[in-house]
Amino acid sequence: MKKEFRVIADLLPKNIRVLDVGCGDGSLMSHLIKEKNIEARGLEIIEENVKKCIYKGLSVIEGNAETELHQFPTKSFDFVILSQTLQAFYNPEKVLKDLLRIGKSVIISIPNFGYWKVRTSLLFFGKMPVTKTLPNSWYDTPNLHMCTIKDFFDFCIKKKISINKVVGVNEESTSEIKKSNLEIKNLFAKVGIFLLK
Amino acid sequence: MSEEIKKLKISKSLLLDCKETIKDFPLAYETYGNLNENKDNAILVFHALTGDQYVSGTNPITKKHGWWVSAVGPGKAIDTNKYFVICANVIGGCMGSWGPKEINKKTNEPYGLTFPVITIKDMVKAQETLLDHLGIKKLLCATGGSMGGMQLLQFCATFPNRAFSALPIACSTSHSAQNIALNELARQAIMADPVWDKGRYIKKNIQPKNGLAVARMVGHISYLSEKGMQEKFGRKLQEKADYEFSFDADFQVESYLRHQGFAFVERFDANSILYITRAMDYFDLSRQFKGGLVEAFKNQKTKFLIISFSSDWLYTTKENKDTVIALNSAGADVSFAEIKTDKGHDSFLVNEPEFLKTLKGFIDSMHIKFKNEKK
Repeated sequence: MKKEFRVIADLLPKNIRVLDVGCGDGSLMSHLIKEKNIEARGLEIIEENVKKCIYKGLSVIEGNAETELHQFPTKSFDFVILSQTLQAFYNPEKVLKDLLRIGKSVIISIPNFGYWKVRTSLLFFGKMPVTKTLPNSWYDTPNLHMCTIKDFFDFCIKKKISINKVVGVNEESTSEIKKSNLEIKNLFAKVGIFLLK
Repeated sequence: MSEEIKKLKISKSLLLDCKETIKDFPLAYETYGNLNENKDNAILVFHALTGDQYVSGTNPITKKHGWWVSAVGPGKAIDTNKYFVICANVIGGCMGSWGPKEINKKTNEPYGLTFPVITIKDMVKAQETLLDHLGIKKLLCATGGSMGGMQLLQFCATFPNRAFSALPIACSTSHSAQNIALNELARQAIMADPVWDKGRYIKKNIQPKNGLAVARMVGHISYLSEKGMQEKFGRKLQEKADYEFSFDADFQVESYLRHQGFAFVERFDANSILYITRAMDYFDLSRQFKGGLVEAFKNQKTKFLIISFSSDWLYTTKENKDTVIALNSAGADVSFAEIKTDKGHDSFLVNEPEFLKTLKGFIDSMHIKFKNEKK
């Protein structure tokens, strides 16, 4: 399982209700059900992934988070998870608002555009960065609204969204991000995981 | 021939929605496979408008394949080597269950239009009795497409948690104006046939064949998609090189409809079409429950999977998704998948591999979960 998923799982208490938005083939949901006795539901846009979830006996709804989050009642889940897709929405602010409505808490992970390899790619090569977390070229990327960990930090403050915890993840380590170490973590974390209320 | 039809005589009285009480009426059914010792492998199938209890194998009456032979049978998506499949003919139908062609014991004549107007709920209540008779407290799964799916949604609302899982296919929680209109077209075709004679044809042992065939043609058009029809028939001519400048079936699509229409009259009763289409039109789950659909689906522990077909214009993906939204709002455990296909509403009855794989994947995974729950 992806390291990011392990960090997310660690942030979750046992025996709760979770909605995994963009749940892919359901590997995070399976893990949460098995390890934490969590009641997990998924929303997924790719047909193949939806079927994979169904074959595993997972509850999944085929649909588009951009337009179909309205179907979930207010505060109907303890946690809502959105892994590395916020930047791909036309209107990420609206999606985030919906996630905060549906879940009592929200976990969002973002690929960090402030990661040093991304920065050097642009600085030294003058080319749009292509990395493991950002594998697409500029012309075929689904990512419309790239941001850095610092950007998202500032965004939450501006929108009065309370940040409970932020974890930075890269291959070697995971570490908590605070205001005091934000500059350095914004340079070295590949992915930022935000726990919001 | 009738001794081949399995029938349960339902002695417990049943209050119909039209306020009439019935009892001692027959419910014809068929089963496939065997109920295992733990009774964790029973699957109830609800049939659609023109279906019957003969889901798989050979229909002993028509000598044709069962209507869902693409999905149900040994080694099929719903594997009868593994699962015990049950299907009953709806009341109002004409394959042995209590319906308008049956004899009214009070008059010693077939009911015809003296048969009470029944509803989807009445059909479902009758079928629940069959589960008691078979000793099944909780089904592994209940499923059905089209009107079968509507019966299933009714079944879940009326008998919560009688099924561990439910798989409604290409259906809705109420009939749309367009669907009512198409049913009305079918009914008007039957009633415009002079042979119909206000339903009294049944006493003369004849059928309003022309009207019934047109009714079936209407149905067949609505079961296919525009693209599917174009690809299958296009403007191809029926075994001829040129137009005949007549009103015979020049085009293949005409010939197809005529064939379907007239094959149908051999096996179906015209009055049954009137009664069953009426039941479909009256179906409106939110109207039944004061609090609407959320009330209809509250306290559901059943695990739902709703399947729609992208080219189905009779029960659209949007309508199916509305059911998903209602279940979600009620806090039910619901999954949803849309199968991308050109085969229209009929997709669930034909060999549509993606659909069949999803069907199998869901039922097999639910079986594992149900067995764990029973442990």
